[in-house]
Amino acid sequence: MGVGIEVINLNAWYGTNHSLQDVNLNMPGNHATALIGPSGCGKSTFVRCLNRMHETNPIARVTGTVRIGDLDIYEDCKPVEIRRRVGMVFQRPNPFPTMSIYDNVAAGLKLNGYSNHRALDEIVEKSLKNSALWDEVKDDLKKKSGASLSGGQQQRLCIARALAVDPEVLLMDEPASALDPVSTSKIEDLIFQLKSQYTIVIVTHNMQQAARVAEKTGFFLNGRMVEFDSTHKIFTNPSDKRTEDYITGRFG
Amino acid sequence: MFRELTDGVVTGLAMLATVVVVAPLVAIFVYLIYKGASSLSLSFFTRLPRPVGEAGGGMANAIVGSAILLGIASLIGVPVGIGGGIFLAEFGRGTKLADAIRFTADVLNGVPSIVMGIAIYALIVVPQNHFSAFSGGVALGIMMIPTVCRTTEEMLLMVPHAVREAALALGVPNWRSVLSITVKTASPGIITGCMLAFARVAGETAPLIFTALGNSFWSTSLNQPIAALPLQIWVYAQSPYEDWHRLAWAGALVLIILIVTAVSLVRYVTSRGVLKGAS
Repeated sequence: MGVGIEVINLNAWYGTNHSLQDVNLNMPGNHATALIGPSGCGKSTFVRCLNRMHETNPIARVTGTVRIGDLDIYEDCKPVEIRRRVGMVFQRPNPFPTMSIYDNVAAGLKLNGYSNHRALDEIVEKSLKNSALWDEVKDDLKKKSGASLSGGQQQRLCIARALAVDPEVLLMDEPASALDPVSTSKIEDLIFQLKSQYTIVIVTHNMQQAARVAEKTGFFLNGRMVEFDSTHKIFTNPSDKRTEDYITGRFG
Repeated sequence: MFRELTDGVVTGLAMLATVVVVAPLVAIFVYLIYKGASSLSLSFFTRLPRPVGEAGGGMANAIVGSAILLGIASLIGVPVGIGGGIFLAEFGRGTKLADAIRFTADVLNGVPSIVMGIAIYALIVVPQNHFSAFSGGVALGIMMIPTVCRTTEEMLLMVPHAVREAALALGVPNWRSVLSITVKTASPGIITGCMLAFARVAGETAPLIFTALGNSFWSTSLNQPIAALPLQIWVYAQSPYEDWHRLAWAGALVLIILIVTAVSLVRYVTSRGVLKGAS
């Protein structure tokens, strides 16, 4: 089940660049939250702080508190533990090129030492069904490489891979920006279905996409969270002038 | 008009370059077959060398000896080289230690092979008081290390950052991600590096002169001097006897064929597991 995410006074740096400044927000569990804003505004950095991927860059630094469910992820646990509970889908599909479709989905479990083959078969099937890819690949599971699929299929494969480790939260960093409109709408349908089981945070440049899939929307600008509210309110009646300017296309 | 001309000239130059690269190899091979094939017979592969004047000797001991020497060399050169390459690319990136290792590997690569032979002579042969297959294998193994190490490093650095991130984001510990994902993704290139190093040391003579020494008799002991194809070719080619010259040509042909066979075999075996569409 999805859990809520509470972010308190989050600050992040790349070297001397203060890329996130005093971000506070509360994202409800089992909902989709969209993050919008111009390029370089810190929204990708923000989601990377939610599974501690930010700190994999040697020059990066974070302060503040992130609670996922009851867990303070910077105090109570190691990075690898939180990354198993918070799945991530990247902007460009990044399947493991040397692995079969099956092994790509099973990778998270196998590489963490899980080896019950019958259970793995079930998990792989369930994850691929959840990512709406099962019917397209079920005959080639162990025959074809993950890299042999089309871009849209690869991205759904990456979603299946993230779902297979049974996370509570799914972070999606512009998951459809490298895809064509048909694949994009498949991913959006998927997000719609997945939010009954997971808490979803999606970064997007596409405002229609935010309006379609998310209940809550946050607007980032220059490393600060300008406004966070229900998607409907952000897109129809934003309280901040800068949000309105961005939504109406006056900049960014 | 001008564009078509340029295109033609550049294509022509590229083809010329290909010919220049391939021609020496083909020439050597054809010449070896011309000179050596006539002396090849079953006894060449099954018999020991005969004294001068007696017909029908072979190089069975040298073929087996070369296999043993290269086996020892690979056991040393491949794991150490790959391990070093993994350290350089993944764990030691940006550290002083990594810079030192990289520099050392490059210098080692430039050490003349005769110097390697003398060094191993001083370090192993002199203390043990006898020449041995083991010392020869060590000399060849050390020569393999820098090539394997640097190609492993370069192949690992070519693995896209996105693939590493994918593994980390699944909660896979870094060491596991490096061994199971990054190294596996880079493995075709790493194997090529190992094969290059292998093929290079397979033909080395100089490091063996002071270590494996050579042997006219049958020996598979690691503690005894051992025959090797390049050594045997060297001895036979220098001799004043016409039969020995012919055997030297045959030996050179066999050496090249064995190297090509070994490399193709490894390529075949390692490519069998590759999936459709894998890159």
